[in-house]
Amino acid sequence: MHDTPAAVAAARKLPAGAAAAAGAAPLLQVEALHKRFPVAGRRGAKLHAVDDVSLHIGRGESVGLVGESGCGKSTLVRLLARLLDPSGGRIVWAGDDLAEIRAERFARHPLRADIQMVFQDPTDSLNPRFSARDAIAEPLRLLKGLSAAEAAARVDVVAQQVGLPLALLPRYPHQLSGGQKARVGIARALAVQPRLLILDEPTAALDVSVQAVVLQLLAELRRELGLSYLFVSHDLNVVRLLTDRVAVMYLGKIVEVGPSEAVFRAPRHPYTRALVSAIPGQGPRIRLTGEVSSPIDPPAHACRFHGRCPQGEDRCAREAPLLRPVGSREVACHFAE
Amino acid sequence: MTQPPLLAVKDFGLEFRTRGGVVRALEGIDLQLNKGEIVGLVGESGSGKSVLSYALLGISDRAARVTGGTAKFGGIDLLAASEAELADLRGREISMIFQSPRTALNPIRRVGDQLQDVLRRHAAAPGADLSRSLKQRAVQALRDVAIADPERRLAAYPFEMSGGMCQRVMIALALACRPQLLIADEPTTGLDVTTQAAVMDLITGLARERHMATLFITHDLALAADHCDRIVVMHAGHAVESAPTRTLFATPRHPYTARLMSSTPGERSSIASLEPVPGNLPDLKRDDLPACRFAERCERVSERCRREPPRLAADTAHAVACWHPLHRAAAIEEPADA
Repeated sequence: MHDTPAAVAAARKLPAGAAAAAGAAPLLQVEALHKRFPVAGRRGAKLHAVDDVSLHIGRGESVGLVGESGCGKSTLVRLLARLLDPSGGRIVWAGDDLAEIRAERFARHPLRADIQMVFQDPTDSLNPRFSARDAIAEPLRLLKGLSAAEAAARVDVVAQQVGLPLALLPRYPHQLSGGQKARVGIARALAVQPRLLILDEPTAALDVSVQAVVLQLLAELRRELGLSYLFVSHDLNVVRLLTDRVAVMYLGKIVEVGPSEAVFRAPRHPYTRALVSAIPGQGPRIRLTGEVSSPIDPPAHACRFHGRCPQGEDRCAREAPLLRPVGSREVACHFAE
Repeated sequence: MTQPPLLAVKDFGLEFRTRGGVVRALEGIDLQLNKGEIVGLVGESGSGKSVLSYALLGISDRAARVTGGTAKFGGIDLLAASEAELADLRGREISMIFQSPRTALNPIRRVGDQLQDVLRRHAAAPGADLSRSLKQRAVQALRDVAIADPERRLAAYPFEMSGGMCQRVMIALALACRPQLLIADEPTTGLDVTTQAAVMDLITGLARERHMATLFITHDLALAADHCDRIVVMHAGHAVESAPTRTLFATPRHPYTARLMSSTPGERSSIASLEPVPGNLPDLKRDDLPACRFAERCERVSERCRREPPRLAADTAHAVACWHPLHRAAAIEEPADA
């Protein structure tokens, strides 16, 4: 409601053309996406990990995804990266429905190169027996079919882009620092020239001083290469810095989505409010009581946050709120005004 | 003020003998904790904050060797105490909450059994409540950390509980014997922000209620600021600055502290305003370590920094180990707000 565009623009330099492109068809359009997992030992029971999620990411846009562990953000990420098959819904990528391509086929699909992922802990996600050069070259061989010489030339280019000294390329992960490994992870994702980068807690394993460098690198790469980001993180202060819009998930559903500055400054959903107030280093906190309700066959007619919500009313137990426009954003709460 | 501190560490040093050489992990550490005081020990990985806490409890790695200094807890010399004396102390007078509750808890024993182990080990301790059974006391310990339905939870295994719940059990274990000193080593790593807030409130709430001194080890300055009375900043095995929390944030004096603050994303930061700390931690195996271990990363460095070790004056409220500290700005008095 009080989003001052000047403040937003000052805090974040938008990549050239991003605003104009946002009006055109988005790069990625997710419609009514579902993922239900069978529950071991309980016949017929289903865990609703991702429940009716719709979301779009524009060209050159950076979208944040936040929520507690167990809220389904990792499942959503795996669906979008096409590592997992959805139970229903559409994932429209530049006109194609990716949801129809099965995950194992997508691994060799030409579109695979378009969507790349940077994983959480570079120590765990890099093969310890691959040198930095091999790790970055591998997707080039697999997805682009480059010869060894072509791949080597491309590796040099991306290494420079991510600020990894060429002298470090022959090294193995254990010979690299945390920040250098993070750069290898980013270079590996960038090598095949993706259009969307999914960043899953890319700085969670790094010290703050190193994290700052990597965040600045990511901001710069996006500006230079015109990439779109889906940025998943626990650290809301980091999300705020690196995204244009943010989506807040709770128990498989998106409960609030809107411009990052606005959502963090004046959250509308009671869950977002609690989440934002829990960021260390600021004023009083909203304390949530009660446990997160079970994602296994959740009641269809109740708000998922009911029972934990500080302002829950009878209506919340009878009628599940839908995601609806409120000002510049969308909120799934009966009392968002 | 006149009371002697509960914990007094003076000029403490520790090194590790490794195949690759001697790692000078801690050097010239001075640290004091008063009764009931909550002190944050803040630093990046490799700063030595965990090594220090393990050394105090006598649970250091076997490659560790104390090179000098003293560590007194009440009247006890922690560095001279026998293993039996330390074992009596641990869990009763000094307790520790470890980083990842899932690995620190025994995965194949019920929560109630693990709690009763601690209570039984220290059953003869003075102050132990002998009027109630171990089970009743275990239930009470769980109730103290706000676990709902504690009777039923006694029978649970760690894998049946969420990460936040496991951490509550760890806290219950650590506090079951009402220690005077609690060392909490990154107690909220891996927890969600909302759970993190709840766990920190629980720890500091119990600390205040029981007048228990707490050493809170973290890499997160903002989190320390929210919960600590005083903060000690560590860098590469040195304590570089110590100050009451608000003073530290208003006027950080060590260049490293200032950089750490400006590299942490906060409410008002932008991507351009982040200032990473230049360079890397020095290799602590080096023979030619500069006297100030921040010297090679510091903009204010002079020749003196490389030769003469700056010391943290233990007796001042705001102490800094630096030859060229940042200015004492006008805002040295307590800020009016907050």
